[in-house]
Amino acid sequence: MEPKIKIRSITREKIEEDFLASIFGKFFIEVTSLAFFTMRFFKEVLKPPYEFNELLKQSFLIGYKSFPLVGITGFIIGLVFTIQTRPTLDKFGAVSMLPAMVAVSLIREIGPVITGLIFAGKVGSGIGAELSSMKVTEQIDAMQVSGTNPFKFLVVTRVLAATMMLPLLAVLADAVGLLGSFIGVNLRGSVSASFFFLQVFQSLTFSDLLPAIVKTFFFGFAIGLIGCYKGYCANTGTEGVGKAANSAVVFASLLVFLIDMIAVQITSLYQY
Amino acid sequence: MTENAIPINIEHDSRQDSSVVVEMVHLRKSFENNDVLRDINLVINKGENLVILGKSGTGKSVLIKCIVGLVDCDYGSLAIFGKDISQLSEEELIETRKKIGFLFQSAALYDSMSVRENLQFPLRRQQRSISKEKMNSLIKEALENVGLSKAIDKTPAELSGGMRKRLGLARTLILKPEIMLYDEPTTGLDPITSKEISKLILEVQKKYNTSSVIITHDMECARLTADRVIVIKDGMCEAEGSFDELKNSTDAWIRSFFE
Repeated sequence: MEPKIKIRSITREKIEEDFLASIFGKFFIEVTSLAFFTMRFFKEVLKPPYEFNELLKQSFLIGYKSFPLVGITGFIIGLVFTIQTRPTLDKFGAVSMLPAMVAVSLIREIGPVITGLIFAGKVGSGIGAELSSMKVTEQIDAMQVSGTNPFKFLVVTRVLAATMMLPLLAVLADAVGLLGSFIGVNLRGSVSASFFFLQVFQSLTFSDLLPAIVKTFFFGFAIGLIGCYKGYCANTGTEGVGKAANSAVVFASLLVFLIDMIAVQITSLYQY
Repeated sequence: MTENAIPINIEHDSRQDSSVVVEMVHLRKSFENNDVLRDINLVINKGENLVILGKSGTGKSVLIKCIVGLVDCDYGSLAIFGKDISQLSEEELIETRKKIGFLFQSAALYDSMSVRENLQFPLRRQQRSISKEKMNSLIKEALENVGLSKAIDKTPAELSGGMRKRLGLARTLILKPEIMLYDEPTTGLDPITSKEISKLILEVQKKYNTSSVIITHDMECARLTADRVIVIKDGMCEAEGSFDELKNSTDAWIRSFFE
């Protein structure tokens, strides 16, 4: 009996060890690989020739085409947030604070994060699926063979477009969200637009707006980079396309929260 | 390849010989524990059509991907136009690639672009200052060469398998490469379209004096196009000769390809 127990025990330990090694190994390989990918991005972005036409095209596809989705979501968030907050403020007799409260939370936090998450779902997965299917069908190889640098043409342009477009989309989401909030306030009362927006702008300071906009650049960069990384480094085969799109959304969304957490910590250091 | 690269044997150095466009010496490539190419020694001459035969998975596609630098070899030397590609910088490699055309098995057309844009893409990349008129005339010529003039505004999804292959060929030929690499150009096509593609390969060779490497399992294509045939077995060149010589080989395994 004793040897058997020993064998079982060793086997279980070995399995656990292998399991942990495999998880940590994969994690570190992934992180290292992403770090090299990021370094290559910074190397290629500075090196001519520059792909301005493709950058404009991608900015249009990534930014302009996301306007309706981001706008509708921003409007609904502003409206719902106002309706849900009103009863709580009513209990404390602070309904007059509603526009200010909605404005600060929408502009500082909810607008950028929700826009980032929608962007990760739409653009991150789109880039991941597009690049991985290009890889599977050898289109990236074909580009390389025809004397084009596919990294510069496909990755650099998409990451730059995502970095530039997300702040614009976040501003749009904020603006439309405030419009939704105005309508929400007027569902159970009568507040003029001038009074509502006066309260909104009185409650906001430059230090509310600037960090919120700055962090969206990082959101956009992270989403574009992860989408491109997952697509460009996808395994061949149709399974790889699905995995790339899926993991691009998951990792990009996680990074949005992580960057937001870091941004909030940094901002709070300067504000308090 | 750089660490284990070996110099080309000076006695047989063909870098001085302008008729040699590709020279491989003791080329090896492994993927993990799988030795795909074990010892390839091969010379491709200017204006020559070289057909490569071999069972599936013997490294034929890897071999031509090594030529164009899509795959780095582990050991040995590979010289294109007399330059060892392991010694080339990224920019020099891009310049060398501009002289090489590659027809992928799947044609690898850009799905998001129309037929016209598929042809415009390589032209714009390589000749940034090209005029619109010049580009349109080159596109027209390339499509006429492959009989696809009427499909200029279609998308790749609207084309048949044969048309996709011909478009892939047109996209490659528009840059007038000096070396053409064909990866199973007739696979999945009916015999008539296969014959058309084979004739196109021959026409290209005659018209532009290109050197071609053709990987195929289609014996009719091999018969029509080959100046020279090599057979790869276990990652090594097993036999070399003309189509008829190998067809009448005393080795039953080699003969089996032609039966």
